[in-house]
Amino acid sequence: MTTDVETRVDPRLISGAKIPFKWVGLFIILGAIIPFVVEGYTAFQATLIMIYAIAILGLNLLTGFNGQFSLGHSAFYAVGAYTAAILVYHLDFPVYVTIPLGGVVCFVAGFLFGLPALRLEGLYLALATFALAVAVPQILKSSHLEGLTGGVQGLDVFRPPVPEGLPLTMDQWWYLIAFGVLLIMLWLAWNLVNSRSGRAMMAIRDNPIAAGSMGINTSLYKSLTFGVSAFYTGIAGAMAAIVIEFVAPDSFTFQLSILLFIGLVVGGTGSIWGAIFGGFFILMVPNVAEEISTGLSYAVFGVILILVIYVMPTGFAGLVKMLGVRIKKMF
Amino acid sequence: MNTGRKLTVALAAIAAMGVAASPAFADNMYGPGVTDTSIKIGNTMPYSGPAAAYGAIGKSISAYFDKINKENGGINGRKIEFISLDDGYSPPKTKEQTRKLVEQDKVLIVFQGLGTPTQSAVHAYMNHKKVPQLFVATGATKWGDPKNFPWTMGWQPSYQTEGQLFATYVLENVKDAKIGILYQNDDYGKDYVKGMKDVLGDKADKMIVAEESYEVTDPTINSQVIKLKDSGANVFFNVATPKFAAQAIKKVRELNWDPVFLNNSVSNSVGSVYKPAGLENSKGVISLQYYQDITDPAIFDTEPYKKWKAFMTEYYPDGDQSSSFTAYGYLVAQTMEQVLKQAGDNLTRENVMKEAANLDLKLDLMLPGVDIKTSPTDFFPIESMMPIQFDGEKFVSLGKVVSVN
Repeated sequence: MTTDVETRVDPRLISGAKIPFKWVGLFIILGAIIPFVVEGYTAFQATLIMIYAIAILGLNLLTGFNGQFSLGHSAFYAVGAYTAAILVYHLDFPVYVTIPLGGVVCFVAGFLFGLPALRLEGLYLALATFALAVAVPQILKSSHLEGLTGGVQGLDVFRPPVPEGLPLTMDQWWYLIAFGVLLIMLWLAWNLVNSRSGRAMMAIRDNPIAAGSMGINTSLYKSLTFGVSAFYTGIAGAMAAIVIEFVAPDSFTFQLSILLFIGLVVGGTGSIWGAIFGGFFILMVPNVAEEISTGLSYAVFGVILILVIYVMPTGFAGLVKMLGVRIKKMF
Repeated sequence: MNTGRKLTVALAAIAAMGVAASPAFADNMYGPGVTDTSIKIGNTMPYSGPAAAYGAIGKSISAYFDKINKENGGINGRKIEFISLDDGYSPPKTKEQTRKLVEQDKVLIVFQGLGTPTQSAVHAYMNHKKVPQLFVATGATKWGDPKNFPWTMGWQPSYQTEGQLFATYVLENVKDAKIGILYQNDDYGKDYVKGMKDVLGDKADKMIVAEESYEVTDPTINSQVIKLKDSGANVFFNVATPKFAAQAIKKVRELNWDPVFLNNSVSNSVGSVYKPAGLENSKGVISLQYYQDITDPAIFDTEPYKKWKAFMTEYYPDGDQSSSFTAYGYLVAQTMEQVLKQAGDNLTRENVMKEAANLDLKLDLMLPGVDIKTSPTDFFPIESMMPIQFDGEKFVSLGKVVSVN
C-alpha cells in the first residue's frame, strides 16, 4: 500500500505548465485579423511593436529568468540589424534568410560576451554591458569598417515585393511574418522556461550557490542564456532593419537599451507574454507623450512611467495575474 | 473559356471606368492635405535626445508660419498647418513619424526633415511614395540627385558645393596656388575634396601638392600639418572638425608657416575653434558664409536685421536671438513660402516639386549676392557664398561672392 504524502510543491514543477489554449487561440485569431482591418501605417506600427516584443522577450530570458542584468542589448540588436543589412546590401542574400542568420551571429556574439561576463555580477555586469552599448555605434561609424557598414550614412535595405499570388500589401505581409516569428519565439521561450534547462536558469537566479551544489553547471548555463537572449534580440534587430529598410549607427544608441529595459519592467519580469505589452508601451507611449507636450515629451514619458510602475509594480503581466486572482476570490 | 471571357469583360469594364474617372482627377488641382483654406506641411525634428539643440530650427519655422498665417492670412488664402513631430534623431523613429505624416495626417509635403542618417532612412520611401521631401536640413551631397531621387531636395550648400566654392576662390584670388589639404577620412572629408577637384579639373594634379587625411580617433594632426608644410604648399585647405581645426591653426603658426588658410564651415566657430586656437593665431583665417552673422553688431542697424528681430520678438519670444539656428529656420521657411506662392492654386505634389525646381529668390537676411536658384537639373538651391576673414575679433567680408556657376 502506498501512502499519499501531502506536498505543497507547485504543481507546475511536477506536471509541467500547460499552455492556456483558449487564450492563445484568441490571441492568434485577433493578431491575424489586425492587418486586414487597420491601415498600412498602423500595421507598420504593430509590426514594430512585435519586433520590440521579441527583443524584450530575449532580455527577459536573461534578466527575468536568469537574474543577469544587461544594459547592452541595443548592441546585439545592432549586430542583428547590421548582419541582415550587410548580407542583403553587399551579398544580395534573400531577406528572409537573414532573419535567422542575424539571430545566429548574435547567439555567438552573446555567448562569447557571456564568458568573460561570468566574472561580473549584478551592477558590474550592468556596467560592462553598458560599455558594449556605448561602443557599438562608434565601432559601426569607424572608418575601418565604413566600406562594410556605410559609416554614419548607414545602409539601405530593400525588401523584395510580396510573393506573387498573395493578395497582401507590403505592410500586411511583413506584419504577418513578424507575427509568425513572434509566435514561434514565444513558443520556444515557453518550452525553454518550462524545461530542465529553464528550471536550471531560474535556480541560478534564485540561489547560484545552491544551484551549483545541485550539479548545475552555472557558468555554462549563464553563458548559454546570454547567447539565447542575444539570439532573440538579434532576430528582432534583423527584422527591424528589414521593416525600416535602413540601418545607421544612430538607430542603435544606448537609449534603445534603456527602452528595452523599460519594456521589460513594464511588461513584467519573468513573464513571457508580458513582453508584448512591453513592446506596445515603448513604441506608443513616447508618441502619446509627444502629443501632450512636444517640448517636455521626456518629462511626460517619465511621469507616465512612474505612474505605471506605481500602479503595477510587477508589470502588466503581474497586474493581470493579480486581477485574475481577485476576480476568482469574488465568486 | 466562358469564365475567362467574363473576366475579360469585367476587366475591360473596370478599365473603362478608370479612364472615365481620370479626367475628373485632372480637374482637381489639389494634392493630399490641401483644401481651399489650408495646406498641411509635415516635418520631423529632434526636439529630444542628443541633437535637441536643432529643435530651435523647427520652432522658428513654426513661428514664421504663424506670422504669415496671421499677417497675410496664409499663402494665396490658405493657412499653413505645420505639423512638426519629434524623432529624437533616431532613424527608426523618423521612419515611423514620416509615415504617420504621409499616411495618417496626409500632408502635402514633408519639409526640412533634419539629419543625414534620419533623412536617409526615409529617402527611398518618400521617392517611392512620390511625396516631396523638400529642403532637408543636412549638408550631405546626395540630396541633389534629380535623376534618381526626383522628390528630394536639400537647401544649405552641401559639403561638395563648399569644396567647389573654395576652389573657385583660390582660382580667382591666389596666384600660383599650391594647395595642401588636410581632411577627415570619411564621407564628410571626401565630399569637400571631391568638390575642390571638380572645379580645378585638369589643373588639380598640379595645384594640389599634398593631401593628408586623419581619423576621427587620432589624438593629434601635428604630423600631417608638418608634412603639408614640407610639401611647399602656400594654401592650406582645412577640412577638419572643430577640435582638429583648432590644433591645425595652432600648429601652422607654431611652424611659422603663413599659407592662405581656408577653413571649412563645419569649424567656422569663434567659440569652439578660434578661441581655443588663440584669437591672435586665428587672424586671417578665411571661411565661407551664406547668411548674415546675426551676432555681428555691424548689421544691427540694417533693415533686414530689424525685420528679423521684430519677428523673433513677436512670434518666437523664447528663441535665442544669438543662435544661427533661428536665422536659418527663418530663411528656409521663406524659401518654402516662395515655392507655395509660385505654385498658386495648382497644389499637387508634382507641381510643388516643379516649382521647387524653379526658384530664383533673394532673401534679405542672406549675404548680398547669395541667391537661391534651382532648375529641373540643379537641385542645389544655394551655390554661392561669401568669403569672410577672421580679424581676431569678428568676421570681415572679403567683398566678392564666389559662385559655382
